[in-house]
Amino acid sequence: MSPIIEMKNIEKHFGSVIALAGVSVDVLPGECHCLLGDNGAGKSTFIKTMSGVHKPTKGEIVFDGQPMDFANPRAAISAGIATVHQHLGMIPLMSVARNFFMGNEPIKKVGPINVFDHDYANDVTMEEMKKMGINLRGPDQAVGTLSGGERQTVAIARAVHFGAKVLILDEPTSALGVRQTANVLATIDRVRKQGIAVVFITHNVRHAMAVGDRFTVLNRGKTLGTALKGEITPEALQDLMAGGQEMVALEGSLGGTV
Amino acid sequence: MSDVSNGDERIKEISKFRQALIRPELGGIVGTVAVFVFFGLFAFDSGMFNSQGVMNWSVVSAQFMIIAVGACLLMIAGEFDLSVGSMIGFAGMMIAIFGVTLGWPMWIAILVTFAICVAFGALNGYIVVKTGLPSFIVTLATLFILRGFTIFIPQTVERKTIIGGIREAAEGDWLAPIFGAKIGAPIFNWLGDMGIISVFERGNRAGEPVVNGIPMLIVWAIGLVIVGHFVLTRTRFGNWIFAAGGDADAARNAGVPVSSVKIKMFMFTAFCATVFAVCQVMEFGSAGADRGLLKEFEAIIAVVIGGALLTGGYGSVIGAALGALIFGVVQQGLFFAGVESSLFRVFLGIILLAAVILNTYIRRIITGER
Repeated sequence: MSPIIEMKNIEKHFGSVIALAGVSVDVLPGECHCLLGDNGAGKSTFIKTMSGVHKPTKGEIVFDGQPMDFANPRAAISAGIATVHQHLGMIPLMSVARNFFMGNEPIKKVGPINVFDHDYANDVTMEEMKKMGINLRGPDQAVGTLSGGERQTVAIARAVHFGAKVLILDEPTSALGVRQTANVLATIDRVRKQGIAVVFITHNVRHAMAVGDRFTVLNRGKTLGTALKGEITPEALQDLMAGGQEMVALEGSLGGTV
Repeated sequence: MSDVSNGDERIKEISKFRQALIRPELGGIVGTVAVFVFFGLFAFDSGMFNSQGVMNWSVVSAQFMIIAVGACLLMIAGEFDLSVGSMIGFAGMMIAIFGVTLGWPMWIAILVTFAICVAFGALNGYIVVKTGLPSFIVTLATLFILRGFTIFIPQTVERKTIIGGIREAAEGDWLAPIFGAKIGAPIFNWLGDMGIISVFERGNRAGEPVVNGIPMLIVWAIGLVIVGHFVLTRTRFGNWIFAAGGDADAARNAGVPVSSVKIKMFMFTAFCATVFAVCQVMEFGSAGADRGLLKEFEAIIAVVIGGALLTGGYGSVIGAALGALIFGVVQQGLFFAGVESSLFRVFLGIILLAAVILNTYIRRIITGER
């Protein structure tokens, strides 16, 4: 199977700061590729480059076999690269249906006027939410009444509905409780089985291990290699993320609980 | 996951009452009913509900409505415009300068004034969007700049701050009646003949009804409310207005052109202020440098009474229109009832506070915050 997206030797400099110093990652359709790294490792810069927010200083992006040069996030979204952000996805005061179709509002013609097709939006939203296992009181329920996990799920369902081929999840589980995390991980699994490539950013090794097919660790703007599921232990991943030595010392003092 | 599909036992059924409570218009509807009941009981015989009285508070309410529609959509988009009052004074003065001092045809004066004012609105929006400064500060600056010009320009060219003669200059113009005329005269004449509304008994207008038509001001107000409500609730752009004010970053991530939406709303607010100004100068026949003082706050109060959140992302044009109606009915009703007019401000302060507290409570219900 050929990768849906290949990031080759991506470098990104911000002035004199080298945020990415040659990162290469490829993602296959239907796989969950976990991107791990500590704070400041360059995860965010990397996915922003992938989703068209930043232009790489050097390096090449090949999407669906074609070299790609995204002018802006909009271009990446219409090509099929969707990003679900940790916080900045949903608007609490707006209804689920309005959120679901935000930026992609369905339109019907009433005479010469383009009108927001509320019936269609409501039906699709209810159906998609049911598929994801969320029971809404109604499509006009405000997103603010949903739990954090449910909001992530709505955001993922939205990206999938609008034809995402690559779904980038930016720390979707980092603010969630145990049960909500399980729900989101189950959603990731469901999406992957539909043949969508998932890029799952996290710094929680256990969450990554639960759904990941491959694991790439970033540290100080560089890749520390990509490992297949079963090839690497959670402990080894943890050590790679933290950059080795200090972690060993820390874990000693904490009794191996981290 | 299995029990989720059976419904979450921890989500209580929401009562119809609470469901009704989260409609943004609720405060406006309750307030409107309360105000009419109150004045119906205490001021019914004061002339407030005869044809002249109704026209009196309708015109005042319509004035509030015109600027409230603009302020409402802008507030839902997450911004304020404090320059509305100055814009009203400025727009009126521009029409007088162009149409009377410079003697341009009135329709050109009106169109050029609209272009200048909407451009100022765009500039407000552009500065807010580009600098990321609070619109409160940016438009406060515009408030002073425009008011300053409104006094400076007529003083320099005419050596006075009130310019008259606008009605004469508008005589025979094709565009001016769209703002200054009255419609439905035959209906009112018929109502007068039938004895349903009162007629003049003496003088050279004897036999004519005391109210001889609906001013275009009211037509504009109703038109703007309908268009504003439709755009907000029934179009794609309306969804973008909610999104821009609800969370600009989330909206941007979803591909909503937030900056452009906000700039357009600033332009629309300026447009509404200009409509107000043109109707006013056509009615008075003059432009004054002090016109429109404090109108920006009155617009914002009407919008807040109408259920919009000051923080953006939530509100209703119908609610804002009802807020404007309450505003107008109470202001004129107290006059009819013979209450000292300064008490109106006391009332205003209290109702504003009550509305904000109610809105905050409603916001908590919607977002499920505790």
